[in-house]
Amino acid sequence: MLLQLRDIGGKKSMNRIHKAFENKKAFIGFLTAGDPVLDKTVDYILDMEQAGASLIEIGIPFSDPIAEGPTIQEANVRALKNKVTTDDVFEMVKKVREKSDIPLCFMTYLNVVFHYGYDAFFKKCQEVGIDGIILPDLPYEESQEVKDVCYNYDVTLISMIAPTSKDRVEMIAKDAKGFIYLVSSMGVTGTREDTSFANNLEEIINHIHQVTDTPVAIGFGINKPEQVKEFKQYADGVIVGSAIVNIIKEHGAKADEPLKEYIQLLTNEL
Amino acid sequence: MKGRYGIHGGQYIPETLMSEIHKIEETYEFYKNDPAFNDELNTLLKEYAGRPSLLYYAKKMTEDLGGAKIYLKREDLNHTGSHKINNVLGQALMAKKMGKTRIIAETGAGQHGVATATAAALLGLECEIFMGKEDTDRQALNVYRMELLGAKVHPVTTGTMTLKDAVNEAMREWTKRVDDTMYVLGSVMGPHPFPMMVRDFQSVISKEAREQILEYEGKLPTAVMACVGGGSNAMGMFYNFINDKDVKLIGCEAAGKGVDTALTAATIATGSLGVFHGMKSYFCQDKYGQIAPVYSISAGLDYPGIGPEHAYLHDTKRAQYVPVTDDEAVDAFEYIAKTEGIICAIESAHAIAHAIKIAPTMKKDDILIVCLSGRGDKDVAAIARYRGKEIYE
Repeated sequence: MLLQLRDIGGKKSMNRIHKAFENKKAFIGFLTAGDPVLDKTVDYILDMEQAGASLIEIGIPFSDPIAEGPTIQEANVRALKNKVTTDDVFEMVKKVREKSDIPLCFMTYLNVVFHYGYDAFFKKCQEVGIDGIILPDLPYEESQEVKDVCYNYDVTLISMIAPTSKDRVEMIAKDAKGFIYLVSSMGVTGTREDTSFANNLEEIINHIHQVTDTPVAIGFGINKPEQVKEFKQYADGVIVGSAIVNIIKEHGAKADEPLKEYIQLLTNEL
Repeated sequence: MKGRYGIHGGQYIPETLMSEIHKIEETYEFYKNDPAFNDELNTLLKEYAGRPSLLYYAKKMTEDLGGAKIYLKREDLNHTGSHKINNVLGQALMAKKMGKTRIIAETGAGQHGVATATAAALLGLECEIFMGKEDTDRQALNVYRMELLGAKVHPVTTGTMTLKDAVNEAMREWTKRVDDTMYVLGSVMGPHPFPMMVRDFQSVISKEAREQILEYEGKLPTAVMACVGGGSNAMGMFYNFINDKDVKLIGCEAAGKGVDTALTAATIATGSLGVFHGMKSYFCQDKYGQIAPVYSISAGLDYPGIGPEHAYLHDTKRAQYVPVTDDEAVDAFEYIAKTEGIICAIESAHAIAHAIKIAPTMKKDDILIVCLSGRGDKDVAAIARYRGKEIYE
């Protein structure tokens, strides 16, 4: 497979995240590693790629995921009951990389990374082919301790912006790399009705676009084709998590087909 | 560095909450030196909460143990029955100043929940309390107390269904509704400015105790002690003695069935450095950083972390942290009832247990102040069951 090399700070970067946004709107799918079992996580990532996903967010399970609603909380519980560890997730990613070059980001909580050791963790990310990481409990002000390490290993720390960010938008956007994760609404993850999305998303995205070329993807609550259609008008991508996790919960180890169908339904709108 | 205690502390929370937490910081920085705010708070503390609390000379206990002179700082005599009211009145008053109409809080034993519900009733705020399902069962009386005060109590059924999960759920609720809601955190934990703010509001304990002991004894104590879960009564008891280098500071952690078992909540004894609930500090966790399902007979100490300033006092060896088991705490609970006629909270009994251990080894002119953080009515049925008597509330 031919990897596109980009020149970053004199070092050749093999980071794949930009490919998710090249000449298209990105569809980012999330699943929790090890739910229902790690081998199926490999299959489901490949299924989503086949159905048109352009980047996959892999949740490393954590005991206390404070930014998640019930759906993803329960997926974390299921994965941890299966005794899935961070090392197991790295092994799983290796298996994905034998078959796919799709951009991959981890989504987890800072303690998982901190306790593994920043250096050991990001070194391992680079080894297995992880391109980025999303840490919902690491705001801009505390992010330097992670940035100091992850960029040594060509792993991008994804910045988050929320409807409440207000005068923080510019500060965060200026520094953002890979893509910006725009939180669609107040609260935790979980499927939402259209009325509960914040009404200032377009305004925030316009503001971000004035400051940086880094693309913006909207996440939290998105689960319907109409929502994708709406958001693609101003966002560079959409992120779908809980709706995917619900399908996996419902179908367990037999979710391949329903998952592909669902992703296709949404990616058709992009 | 702002909001740091050595390497500990910080603000590790979702972006959604960052603007709000900065607003709380600014509001607190303004009001902490505002004479009108302080007058209002001090009036409430005096006329509503019943401060200053007594510093009581435990003569019988002293004579029985035959060593250091023991004083008890009677936070159990405050309105609502614990030290929690000191902090809650401060934060609830701030919530009013910020134009909030609703306060939410986590609670373990229910003491903080009751205090929060009380302040909400008094100040006309809507109130919702998050409490682990396990704790709503073992502290049923406090649940009803909160409901009587007009609060809505949400039993939390996720995770271990105890204090840590109640904090998770309160934080999730806060991210849903920050505009009209203030999260009244109950301990010296969470993201900055909570550890500092809660400490400041609780420091009235040591401010009074220091003045009282100087008045009674003409000298400072040899040691001050308190139980530690998140650590708010301990931080309040320690704070004004930190600069008195000769005064020992001793925090008593809940060892549960013992620090060599998995059934423990002793963070300093068994935990390691981590980042959780908004702060860098010590936490009970496994080798992959999964937070451990901790255990203690005391719902108020049944927490897998410790406030960042305690972590710092431990690192710098300014304070000492010791584990106390369920058995020792229950023995102490019964001992102080029979010796002094005081039924204290099972949390506070952890500090009493350690006092029982060390007082006899000290000299007669040594002085020990133990913070009696709360009263024990809420624990009576559980202690009876611990002793094999089937009493239900």
